[in-house]
Amino acid sequence: MTPQDTEYNFAYLDEQTKRMIRRALLKAVAIPGYQVPFASREMPMPYGWGTGGVQVTAATLTPEDTLKVIDQGADDTTNAVSIRKFFQKVAGISVTEKTAEATVIQTRHRIPERDLEAGQILVYQVPIPEPLRFLEPRETETRKMHALAEYGLMHVKLYEDIARHGHIATAYAYPVLVEGRFVMDPSPIPKFDNPKLSNSPALQLFGAGREQRIHAIPPFTRVVSLDFEDHPFERGGADADCAICAASGVYLDEVIVDDAGGRMFVCSDTDHCRERLEAGHRGPMGAPAEGEAA
Amino acid sequence: MYVAVKGGERAIDNAHAWLAEARRGDVSVPELSVPQIREQMTLAVNRVMAEGSLHDPDLAALAIKQARGDLIEAIFLIRAYRTTLPRFGASEPLDTGAMAVSRRVSATFKDAPGGQVLGPTFDYTHRLIDFSLAAEAQANPQAETAEAPPPPRTPHIAEFLDAEGLLQPEREDAGAGAPPDLTRQPLAFPATRALRLQALARADEGFTLSLAYSTQRGYGRNHPFVGELRVGVVAVEAEIPELGFAVEIGDIELTECETVNQFAGSKTEPPQFTRGYGLTLGHCERKAISMALVDRAMRWQELGEDFAGAPAQDEEFVLSHCDNIQATGFLEHIKLPHYVDFQAELELIRTLRREAAAGPDPVKEAAE
Amino acid sequence: MTAAPGSAPVPVPVPAPGSALEGGFAQPPLDAARAFRALLDALSRPGRINRLPGATPPAPFPEAAGALALALCDGETPVWLAPELRAPDLRAWLTFHCNAALTEDAAEAAFAFGAPAALAEALDAFSIGSPEYPDASATLVVLLPGFEGAPLTLAGPGIDGAATLTLPEAVAALHAPNRALFPQGRDLFLVAGDRVAGLPRTTRITRKEG
Repeated sequence: MTPQDTEYNFAYLDEQTKRMIRRALLKAVAIPGYQVPFASREMPMPYGWGTGGVQVTAATLTPEDTLKVIDQGADDTTNAVSIRKFFQKVAGISVTEKTAEATVIQTRHRIPERDLEAGQILVYQVPIPEPLRFLEPRETETRKMHALAEYGLMHVKLYEDIARHGHIATAYAYPVLVEGRFVMDPSPIPKFDNPKLSNSPALQLFGAGREQRIHAIPPFTRVVSLDFEDHPFERGGADADCAICAASGVYLDEVIVDDAGGRMFVCSDTDHCRERLEAGHRGPMGAPAEGEAA
Repeated sequence: MYVAVKGGERAIDNAHAWLAEARRGDVSVPELSVPQIREQMTLAVNRVMAEGSLHDPDLAALAIKQARGDLIEAIFLIRAYRTTLPRFGASEPLDTGAMAVSRRVSATFKDAPGGQVLGPTFDYTHRLIDFSLAAEAQANPQAETAEAPPPPRTPHIAEFLDAEGLLQPEREDAGAGAPPDLTRQPLAFPATRALRLQALARADEGFTLSLAYSTQRGYGRNHPFVGELRVGVVAVEAEIPELGFAVEIGDIELTECETVNQFAGSKTEPPQFTRGYGLTLGHCERKAISMALVDRAMRWQELGEDFAGAPAQDEEFVLSHCDNIQATGFLEHIKLPHYVDFQAELELIRTLRREAAAGPDPVKEAAE
Repeated sequence: MTAAPGSAPVPVPVPAPGSALEGGFAQPPLDAARAFRALLDALSRPGRINRLPGATPPAPFPEAAGALALALCDGETPVWLAPELRAPDLRAWLTFHCNAALTEDAAEAAFAFGAPAALAEALDAFSIGSPEYPDASATLVVLLPGFEGAPLTLAGPGIDGAATLTLPEAVAALHAPNRALFPQGRDLFLVAGDRVAGLPRTTRITRKEG
């Protein structure tokens, strides 16, 4: 734990703002998948860099928390580093790269491979919270559709995909139905991660700063990826194992290794990869890495 | 051996150090001071104050220096700072009739009480590069000052039209109750005019300008005349609860534009001119005029006009996209890593191409 | 005035014993964060009973109700108190510590505090939100002598299968309209002493067999 910079209120936001966000979070938990409007503040980082997730995390953190921040599944991506540093400075909380040790995990674009546990909170950064936005740009219209549970437009879109491509042509931010009522955008996670949204013991909170919306999936909530009986949801994912830790059944990044089209696949979840390496698993490229601690 | 890229923290620190160096530029050239920016880049300072929604010329000048002259970045610095400031209360409505005007022009009358005051304007300059400005240590320029002191009040041109009943009065309920606060409540539609004006006052100048221009070219045309454009200093008063009356807490410079637009009328009501309104912090007249045109365009429903489908008429379109801090954040975020999503797209497109190469898909045929 | 980032926390003056100035959080930003987490956890996992300490409001307000008010209520949230709670000292305490906007109009309430009977009497007046904005609903804070009464079986989001919570019968009645109203509805926090449980509108409540 680092000492909190006393120039700032705990977790940066003023108490009034935190109360406003906290009330919105409680409503979001009570109405799973529904987008609660909240008066998002201008943060000292740009919209699009995770201001929604940062505000949700700031309103959620207690001094006892241990925070993990990932972007693209990795703890060491620049924006994850930047957000982690921000909370160390303004909240003085402990941080970790280990999924198992974290009580609050802020993420952009991934769900950790390791199963989350009861009591953990996963905070997603969300760019466009409205799953219907690209079908109907008007908020006044989409709000009505949610009120009436009128999701025909979404089904038409998905079916047109099948007619054109033979598949539902959505690879990430794949829409889900939460507890049989609200169609929700799970943020731009790869659809590979969608099954992990459902029935998780952890609490999942979603913050969209620029769009001023918060939504949530409580633990043990039914989340179904939209599909058709004759075209069931497919998880996808590369048909390969991690070149470093030999993990299979995990989400892999494709890395171009030379100018001749050579490529390899490695775990997107860097903590998961590290954990497996420490447990002795080795892929073809998985010699113990020097400078791993750099 | 493949080693994942590490050291994000060091890379960030180094980038920040390089940024500081680039900001300073060639160290053999004297460093800019904040007062220099405040005094000699005043229109940049004014834009940063207007769109940053904070009247503080020193802070705006500092933000411009820190942002290397990138005004949207400077506006962002001001916004992020502003949102942390404690709020002591709301001022009394500003009385722009009591403005000490430095510029005041009307396009609708040749002359009017209070007169036409050109003020410090580019309007009639010939846009010829003035190479003499490249020389340093020039004589201090000085303009002649009027002999008569300025009048305590400069009546609004609209008041003359009002007196004749020619101009639609502002709705009486327009000033009723506390106005909404865009920075404290989530945006919801339909928006009131007060909320629309609030959004436009901090809207991006370029976006507002282009929308206003589009109305002039026929996308929601509303025939504007600049009834009046005035720039000057206005006293800000606030009621102090302990005193029970309002006291002056400072002066701010404002730009106000009132347009007189095409008339509305019906069988029961004789035609009247309508209006658009623009108001900004600081001297930002391009912005204030643009704001008045867009305000007027968004009033189509209230004035019983048709929605022509023009972007400037569409409050949801305008209000959702006019904020340059939101816009630039979301636009620029696409340079952040997206390789996880891109990987998902790669896999999907490879699957689709593989299947296309393998022959017609029976499902597709069945669907057609 | 709330503390803002950029300003150091203002030292709180030591209040005179017995005054409305007493009984707030000792460290407001930190205690409010902890209180919120207890509430978030309670609402996310119905059936759990969490500790919610840190406040000493005037009687008959339980400690947990005081902490909830300190964590969630302010000038933006009309607070409705059941008639038996409208004593001057409690009103003064809520006004001083929360800047709470007290109302006697149940329809206005964002938060309503009361024993089950008083809440039941005004139940229909409390907002359920609108179809477009189901979040614009009242949250009922139910003051209980303890978590005693009938064992109820809970199911729904937040619950792995089924959970059990022992509550007075009258609480189930406060929650009963939610099933037909969803996604509109009223969420419940149940407070007794320094403990809190949550019943979001999604929870399905049945009387435990046997």
